[in-house]
Amino acid sequence: MSAPADTIALIEEKARFSRAETVRLIQIAKVGHFASSFSCAEILATLYYGVMRLRRGEPDWPDRDRFLFGKGHAAAALYPLLADWDFFGKDVLDEYTRLGNPLGDHPDMSRVPGIDFSSGSLGHALSAGLGMTLGGRLAGREFNVFALLGDGELQEGQVWEAAMSAAHHRARRLIAIVDRNEHSLDGKVEDVMGVEPLLDKWRAFGWEAHEVDGHDVPALLALLQGIVADDARTSPAVVVAHTVKGKGVSFMESELGWHLGYLAAEDEERALAEIGGGE
Amino acid sequence: MKSAALSEGSWHLHTVLDQSPGLRALADTLADLCDEGHPIVACTADLKYSNGLFRFQERHPERFFQFGISEQNMVSAAAGIATTGQLPYVATFASFLALLCCEQIRTDVAFPGLPVRLIGHHSGFTLGFYGTSHHATEDIAIMRSLAGLAVVAPADGPSLAAALRATVDHPGPIYFRIARGRDPEIYRPGVEFQLGKAIMHSKGSDLTLLATGSTVHASLAAAETLREEGLSVGVIDVHTIKPLDSETLLAAAGSTRLLMTVEEHNVLGGLGGAVAEVLTEAGIGVRLHRHGIRDEFIVIGPPTHLYAHYRLDAPGIAAEARGALGI
Repeated sequence: MSAPADTIALIEEKARFSRAETVRLIQIAKVGHFASSFSCAEILATLYYGVMRLRRGEPDWPDRDRFLFGKGHAAAALYPLLADWDFFGKDVLDEYTRLGNPLGDHPDMSRVPGIDFSSGSLGHALSAGLGMTLGGRLAGREFNVFALLGDGELQEGQVWEAAMSAAHHRARRLIAIVDRNEHSLDGKVEDVMGVEPLLDKWRAFGWEAHEVDGHDVPALLALLQGIVADDARTSPAVVVAHTVKGKGVSFMESELGWHLGYLAAEDEERALAEIGGGE
Repeated sequence: MKSAALSEGSWHLHTVLDQSPGLRALADTLADLCDEGHPIVACTADLKYSNGLFRFQERHPERFFQFGISEQNMVSAAAGIATTGQLPYVATFASFLALLCCEQIRTDVAFPGLPVRLIGHHSGFTLGFYGTSHHATEDIAIMRSLAGLAVVAPADGPSLAAALRATVDHPGPIYFRIARGRDPEIYRPGVEFQLGKAIMHSKGSDLTLLATGSTVHASLAAAETLREEGLSVGVIDVHTIKPLDSETLLAAAGSTRLLMTVEEHNVLGGLGGAVAEVLTEAGIGVRLHRHGIRDEFIVIGPPTHLYAHYRLDAPGIAAEARGALGI
């Protein structure tokens, strides 16, 4: 299956938009998770502009596909896309993290239209996503549930409880994506607490497992669309997306500390220049 | 294969519910509510024989989810189920639910305010010599500190049934603290239950016992004994610990010499703590004696012996009251 070129171009533009907006939002908060947000920009853009069934301006549409942000600390990358879907006004972004604004560093489903589940405590999202697929099944709704997990998040035991449980309950509508950027706060994931062999682990838990370059939009799009369209599959599916932490800003790609940080004016300009400017 | 006939008195896991008749109210009420059109989903973690939910599974197999021995996954998944308009009831031992899953309850259930019902059964030290890992003498304190989470402790099977039925449309989450289904029955089927409204059994000018869950029956019996000794003793069933019925409590406080809370729980942060908060803020000068577990872990013993050891059976409660009254 090959997607039309304009879909690819749209997704790539939205990924650029996500990065530029992430820089803008974090400058408002004066601290934020740059690198974790940048590594999943193409994944988010591909889901929201090429894969998920959504209705503009209707964040509560009961048949919409769901998205759970396991690595919720990268929410700054997602909020601009939700505003772009008219789930809330773009002016809300301008007050990101300011007193009383609904948008925090981690997403809150009660306050942010378009956030399908709150997150921040790693390891919960896959379980909650499983529950959504079970509830959807009982309600007779055939929506897909996408859970984006950090690779460090896979160190949480609850992820594997959910993995076991989802395969057992044949939750075929549950699709996990691992943002395999290979880094967590204290260093490389494989040094901090190794999670490999990842594909074998998921397969051993009964999942259909794939891997892809998480910045290659045509490949991501084709893979995810293929998984969603595969009616013969009875198991849940996972995509291990190999990514670069800090992707898109050279001085973040090469320096591990940018999991969390703040950019002074000149560095902000450098970052935006590499990303391709703000909006 | 036919199993060998057992001698009278033998039992095994699949018949254990026969010894816990009060627990039948859990599965049976949920299955009835489901029949009546409520979108009930029952979830358990490898304890369907202990909590009786297999009876729900028999009647609504497609609405029963077995999560195996992964309680945290179950609680988060129930939160996900609740987002789809279904009404999940999650049941496991109170120790595992309130302590092991505390963070999942806080972050995934209470924080978004989802209508998940958390059934912590075999609470307190009802699991006796199974030991501290299986006891829950901290769950009230923990659960009532979670914003927006109601905490309810029905005293017997009929009141459990009534509580489940009365709260089925409650928009927020609820923690039900129940025992092991062996409580002597106090109430008749169909007893009225109102969330947040304590049940006044009697008034007393010398002493008012404030009991919750498993201690209500013994408190009623202790009050009888003390009355025979000439004391004026009242009893209130504080089945809802949160939101606490401060109106009823303050009315009792104004007309009694001593309030005594009685709980199968640490006196720190439980019913005693909750009542103390209300009295102190109201500036009521009545004496309060908190009776329960005094900040210690439970010794090993059969439950009935433990109730006597911790003075939570009727003679024990009466003795504790006499001591507090200086008799």
